[in-house]
This record gives sequence, C-alpha cells and structure tokens, in this order.
Amino acid sequence: MEIPVDWYLALSAILFLLGVIGVLFRRNVIIILMSIELMLNAVNISLVALSQATGDVSGQILVFFVMSVAAAEAAVGLAIVIAIFRNKLSVDVNDFNLFKH
Amino acid sequence: MDLSTAYDALGADLQATLSLWLIVLGGLIVIVWDAFRERDALIPVFAGLILVGAIVWDLFQLTAEPATAFYGLIRTGGFAAFVNLLLEVSALCTIVLSVPYLKRIGKDYAEVYGLVLFAVSGMMLLGAANNLVTIFVGLETMSICLYIMAGLVREDEGGIESALKYFLLGAFSTGFFLYGIALLFGSTGSMYLAEIGHAASTSTSAMYWSGVGLLLVGFLFKVSAVPFHMWTPDVYQGAPTTLTGFMSTASKAAAFASLILVLFYAVPYEKWTLAVAVIATITMVLGNLVALSQRNVKRMLAYSSIAHAGYVLVGIVAGSAEGYAGALYYLLVYTLMNIGAFGVLALMEWDNESGRTQSLDSLAGMGYTRPFIGVAMGVFMFSLSGFPPFGGFLGKYAVFAPAIKAGYTWLVVVGVIASMVSAYYYLRVLYVLWMKDSTDPAAMSNDKRVALTVPASSTAVIGFCAVLLLVFGVYPEFLQMAVDFFSPSAVSIAP
Repeated sequence: MEIPVDWYLALSAILFLLGVIGVLFRRNVIIILMSIELMLNAVNISLVALSQATGDVSGQILVFFVMSVAAAEAAVGLAIVIAIFRNKLSVDVNDFNLFKH
Repeated sequence: MDLSTAYDALGADLQATLSLWLIVLGGLIVIVWDAFRERDALIPVFAGLILVGAIVWDLFQLTAEPATAFYGLIRTGGFAAFVNLLLEVSALCTIVLSVPYLKRIGKDYAEVYGLVLFAVSGMMLLGAANNLVTIFVGLETMSICLYIMAGLVREDEGGIESALKYFLLGAFSTGFFLYGIALLFGSTGSMYLAEIGHAASTSTSAMYWSGVGLLLVGFLFKVSAVPFHMWTPDVYQGAPTTLTGFMSTASKAAAFASLILVLFYAVPYEKWTLAVAVIATITMVLGNLVALSQRNVKRMLAYSSIAHAGYVLVGIVAGSAEGYAGALYYLLVYTLMNIGAFGVLALMEWDNESGRTQSLDSLAGMGYTRPFIGVAMGVFMFSLSGFPPFGGFLGKYAVFAPAIKAGYTWLVVVGVIASMVSAYYYLRVLYVLWMKDSTDPAAMSNDKRVALTVPASSTAVIGFCAVLLLVFGVYPEFLQMAVDFFSPSAVSIAP
C-alpha cells in the first residue's frame, strides 16, 4: 500500500511549524539553532515527497544542497555562538541586547 | 542522448560564465595562499586583480545576446552581465577600502578577501539565476559569507552580537524561503522560473500562492523591507564599516535582481502588485521616519538603506520593462552612493569599535580639516536624498516614472514626500561636517584627529564613486541600456 503524498506534506508542515515555534519562543541559542535545522529538514521531507509525486528529480537534487548548506550553517552558527559565549558567558538571547536604545 | 557535442557545449557555457569561475578560483587561491603565508600583503592585490579581470570580461558580455548556460540553470549576457558588473565593482571598491581600514582596526586577516570573492560568486549566481535550485545555492553562499564578515571583530561584543542576530534571523528566513521553493516546485512540477510562470498562467492553486508568499518573505528579508527589517540597523551598526557598505549594496542588489527575475518570469503580474505596493509604502515611510531620530551615523545609514529598498520596490511594482530597468538602474546608483558613504565613514573612524559608538556630533568640523572627505560626503548625501544633478535623482526618476505610468500615483506621492523628509537627515550630516564647530564636548580631541590619515587608495575609490555619480546624473545612457535588457528577445528566454 502506498502512502499518499498528502501525509508527507502534513508531516513536513507540522515539523516546520514546530521549528518556527521553537525559534520564536525558546531563548537558548543552541535550541534556536536546532529549531532552524528542524525547519530545513522538514522542508526536505516535502521536497523528496513532491519530487516522487511529480516524477521530477530536481527536488531531490535540491535536498542534497540543503543538507550541505545546513552543515555549513551549523558550522558558522556554532562558531559565532562560541565567540559570543567567550564575551558574555551566556547563550541566552535575552542577554544580547547591546543595541536596544 | 547525444553526447558527441557535450564538450563543445561545456566549453561554450564555461566561456559565457567565465567571470564567475574566475572569482570562485580566485577565492580558493586566496584561502590556500593565506594558509601558507599568513596576512601576505599581496593577497588583497591579487583579489583585486581577479575582480578587475572579471569586470573586463563582463564589460564585453554586456552586449552579448541574452541566453542561458548549463541546461538553463543560469542566465548569461545582457541582464546577467549588468548585475555581475554591479556586484564586481562593489566588491572591488570594498576590497580597496578595506585594506587600510582593517589594518587600522588590527583585523587585517586575508580570509576577508577570500570571503568577499566567495560572497560575490554567490551573489552572481543569485542575480543571474534561472532556476530555483540556483537561487537557493547562490543565496546561501552569499549569506554564509556575510554572517562571517559581520562577526569579523569577534572580540568586540557589539560586532559578534550583530553577527549572531544576522545569522539567526538569516537562517530563520532561509527556512521560509526554502519552504516556498518546495511549494512552488510541488504545485507546478518544475524548478525553472519560466516553466513555473507558464504553469501558473493557466491555473494557480492555494499551494502555488503560499509558495510565492513564502518566497517573497525570504526575499524581502534579504533586501530588508519592512516588516522584515528588524535585523538591519543592529547588523549594520555592529559590522566592520567597509564590509557594512558591501552588505548594504551588493547583497541587496543581488537579491533584488533575483526578485525581479522571479516576479518577471514566474508570477502572473496582476496578483502580487498591491501587496508589494503596500510593503513599498511602509518601507519608505518607516525607514525615513526612524532614520530622522538616529544619533549614530551608521545606524542612520542603515535606516536609510531600508528606505532605499522601498524606492526600488516602487520600480518593481510598476511591473513594466521600464520599471524593472529603473529598479536595476537605481541599484547601480545606490551601490555607488552607499559604498562611498560607508567608505568615508570608515576613514573618519577612530574608536576601533567599527563605528558602533560613534555619534554624528563627533564628526563636527571634519569638512575643514579634511576637505576632500567633506566634499565627497556632500556628493553622496545629496545623491542619496535625490538632488539633481547627481545619480540619485535620475535613479528616483527611473523608478517613479514607470510607477505613475502603471497607475500607482499614490505610491509615487508617498515616495516623493518620503524622500523630501529624508533630505533632513542627509543634509544634517553635511551641516555637522561643515558648519558645526568641533568645540562640542562630544567631539574628539585634536591629537586623535591628526592621527586619522586618508590613504591614496581610499581617496581614489571615493573619488571614483563620486565622479561616477555625477556622470550617471548627467548622462542617462545606462538607464536606456537597462531598459533594453527587458526587450522581447530577453523576455523569451526559455529553459
């Protein structure tokens, strides 16, 4: 029995929404980073499912690019988090408010 | 599939996109070079020469017939060459301005030049993309390089905080952007812009429009249009000044070029204009109003760059060939003005905190001690506020006139009023530079002032920008050239 594409899209939408909620409501930078990764990978599910449904392989090709981009983003993001932790000894975004006037 | 001509096709494609490969290769060489000979003074020279080579190549491509390369993944000739030239000139100016600036703040890492080259390669992919995959790859190549550049001064808490904000919000918007791509792909079954537009011209679904909406959110974030502008002032204020100039011009130009292509090829015109017109309105109004109350010069220029994104959007709203061409032309002038203005700011900086805490009043009287800086800043500020005979005036005309023709008179009225308001804060900079005495307690002491030298290379770049602005303000040939890119032959590019 084949699972209809709608289920994949629904799963992807729910995961994406969870990621968005995580970014908006969590205050720990590391958790925000994880939520962003969740968003990207939720889209990956959509892309693969839609690629399968439409019979066009380019969706799956994009998934490979997304995975490498996510890796690069994680590397740069964690480097920035380490640099800011050295400065402020905190990973709470509420502590980073130098520009509030 | 016949592969006997594959090498010939590959050769032709490589030739058409040679400037891109030159820049990528240059970036790789810079990174390896720096690994073996750290902070070699020749590295920026090499990076500059690579960019000069790419500029020369693209000047010849400017008149080439528009086409696509690599199975329709990327656009070449005409439009693409124009965008590439803009990006390369911006990067070249940035590199030349950055060398003395980074040395002064003690951050003269050679990786910066590699990052600039990589960022430009990403922007060139983005600005000439014909396919959603190319757009995504270009966008991310550009963004990741910019995140690193924003946090270059990592010991400064402001610099690294701005990098973190840029990174978090940028990655967040990437998620939306990517979801938009997935939905567009799912609803039309293609990644090619023209095929998406073709599928959308017959029927559109809710999935298609959610895809377009999410894609627009991603783009509007990158060009810092209100309500997706929150990151801009913080990032521009905290990042190293010359690199802020690069971020505010080249990355916006690339994102706008890509937005133009997406709207032009993949989205039916009547449906999106009102939404974009509303965004353009609030962007112009809010950007200019908030800029009025800024005391920090860099923060003020950040809000001004938000306002300028609004002007460019006016040209896009017009939706005609003239409107898109006007937007492109505006980006060209805007790049020159902003690179120049940030270049001047970089010269007047002494606090070693990338100008983060430098107030406007502390620049008092600089016009007399450094007349060249004062005059150049005058050109940039007059041009930014849109006075004739500078390039900024013709740029505003180029985006406003097509909008009137398309029936958006109210939008243009708002735009003109907004730019009149903007004259106040632009001219205040000149007032402080020329007419205010430096006896102000906030002004810096005299010995510090003497320590600020103006290197010949920076003088050359700032002078180049100022002169070019005057030339563009007097001769509108470039505008006509931009209009020609949207001629019927350019429109008919299919994958």
